[in-house]
Amino acid sequence: MFDGVSLEWLPQSTAIEFFGIKFSLPFTIDFKSNSIISAYTLSLQLSVTTALIGGIFGFLLAYAAILGGLPRSVRTALLTFSGVASNFAGVPLAFAFIATLGRLGFVTVLIKNVTEQLTGTPFDLYQTGFSVFGYVSLTLTYVYFQFPLMVLIIAPALDGLKKEWREASENLGASGWQYWRLVAFPVLLPSILGTMILLFSNAFGAVATAYALTGGNFALVTILIFRQIRGEVLQNPGLGYAVAVGMIFIMAGSLAIYYWLQRKSERWLKQ
Amino acid sequence: MKKFPLGSWLIIFVGFTYFFLPLIGTLDFSLRILKDQITLDAYANVINAPRFQNTFTYSFTMALWTIAACTLLVAPTAYWVHLKLPHLRPIIEFITLLTFVVPAILLVFGLIRIYSRPPLSLMESEIGSDFLLVMGYVSLTLPFMYRAVDNGLRAIDVRTLTEAAQSLGAGWRTILFSVIFPNLRAALLSGAFLTFATVIGEFTIATFLARPAFGPYMANLGQTRPYESTALTMISLALTWISIGMIQLLGRGAQGQIAGTR
Repeated sequence: MFDGVSLEWLPQSTAIEFFGIKFSLPFTIDFKSNSIISAYTLSLQLSVTTALIGGIFGFLLAYAAILGGLPRSVRTALLTFSGVASNFAGVPLAFAFIATLGRLGFVTVLIKNVTEQLTGTPFDLYQTGFSVFGYVSLTLTYVYFQFPLMVLIIAPALDGLKKEWREASENLGASGWQYWRLVAFPVLLPSILGTMILLFSNAFGAVATAYALTGGNFALVTILIFRQIRGEVLQNPGLGYAVAVGMIFIMAGSLAIYYWLQRKSERWLKQ
Repeated sequence: MKKFPLGSWLIIFVGFTYFFLPLIGTLDFSLRILKDQITLDAYANVINAPRFQNTFTYSFTMALWTIAACTLLVAPTAYWVHLKLPHLRPIIEFITLLTFVVPAILLVFGLIRIYSRPPLSLMESEIGSDFLLVMGYVSLTLPFMYRAVDNGLRAIDVRTLTEAAQSLGAGWRTILFSVIFPNLRAALLSGAFLTFATVIGEFTIATFLARPAFGPYMANLGQTRPYESTALTMISLALTWISIGMIQLLGRGAQGQIAGTR
C-alpha cells in the first residue's frame, strides 16, 4: 500500500521549532527501511481485509437473524455465539486454528478423506501452498473474532429500524428494494462504516493471536514492536518508539473517523 | 403463508459452521493424545501439571484484583458523572474509547519504559510488577466496565434514589454502598465477568512484565505439547462461555459482551 508512495520529501533529520525551542529526534528515521514499511503494509492489508470480510459477513448474519424471518431462537443463539467468539481471541484461538487447519488438523484431514472418497485422489490443502502459519490462515483466524463483533454492534442498530419507516415507504408505493436502498441503508450506513473502522483498529492492534499462530515470524507492526521490546530486531531503540507512535497515529485517526460516524448514526438510531 | 427464508438460513448455516468447525477441530485434537484412542489424558496432564495450577491461580487472583480496582474506580465515577457532572459525559466516553487507540502492546511498551528505571522502578520487585499488571488490566477493561455500569445507571432513577436517601439522613457512603450499588448489582456483575474473561488468558502485558500468568503459560505449552495445549484451549473456551452465559443471564444485551484482548 505504501509501495507507490514516494517518501523522498521527508527530511532526513526531523527537527522542528516550537515556541523557539528546537525539538529534534536523536536519530534519523529511515522511512525507506524495508522491514518497517513492509510491516505497516502487511498490517494495514490484513486489518482492512479482515474488517471488510468480517464486517460484511457479520452484517449479513445479523440481518438474517434479526430481519430475515427466522425464529427468535436463532437470534439468541447467534448473539451468544458472537459473545463467546469475540472474546475467545488471543492464544487459545490460534491453537484452535492450528488444530483445525494444521497439517494434521481436523479440516485438512476431513478434506483429504472426503475428496478421496469422492474422486479417488485425496486433495491436500498443503499441496496448494496453503499453510496454517500463512497469510490466508491468519486472515481466517482474524475474521473469527471480527464478524462476531460486527454482529454484536450492528444488532441494536438493526433493531432500531422503525417499523413505521417501512410502512410509510410502502404507503408511498416503494418496493422492498427501494425501501432498502433509499431508507434503511442510508440510515444504517454510518453504523456499518463506523463498526468496520472499529474492526480495523481491532485487527491493527492485535498481537497475541498472530504471535501464537505464527510463532512471531509474521512481520506485522505489532509483532515488530513485540520483538523490538524483546530486543530481537531494530538495533535502534528510538526506532521502536517511532514505530509505536506511528501506530498510535493510525489508531487515533481511525478513532476520530469512528467518532464522527457515530455522531451521524445517532441522528436516526439511538443506541 | 410466508415464503421459506432460504437465504437467511443459508447465511446462518455458514456462520455457525465457521463458528463451530475450529471448536470441533480443537475438541477432536485434544482427545487424541494416544494413538487410535479417544482419551481425556491430555486434560488430566494439564490439570495435574503444577505449572498450570500455579499460573491459573495467579491469573485468577490478578483477575479478582482487577475487578476490585476497576469497580472501585468506575462505579463511583460513573455515578458522580451521572448525578452531578453530566456535561463531562463526552470526555468520559472519549477516555473509554482510548483502549482502542492504545492497544495492550503499546501500553506495555510505555509501562516498561517508565517503570523499569528510577525514579519509578516498580518492575524491580514482584509486588510492584503485580501492581503494574493489575493497573494495565484496569486500563484494558475500563471501557467495558464503564459501559456496563453506565447502562445500569441509565436503567434506574439515580436522582430520586439519591434524594430519597439524603432526605432520610444517609451520608454519601451509605448512599453508594447501601442504595446505589445494590441497584447496580447486575451491571457490576456482568462487568466483572467480562473483565474476568478478558484478563484470565491475557498474554501480551503478562509476557512483558514477566509475570507467571496463564496466558504466557498457554503460549509456551503450544510450542512443545500440542495435545495439552488444545486441551487448555477447550478449558479456556469453557471459561469464556461460562462468563458470557452469566452476562446473558444477567440480561445486559448484545452490547454488554464486547471486550477482549486479541
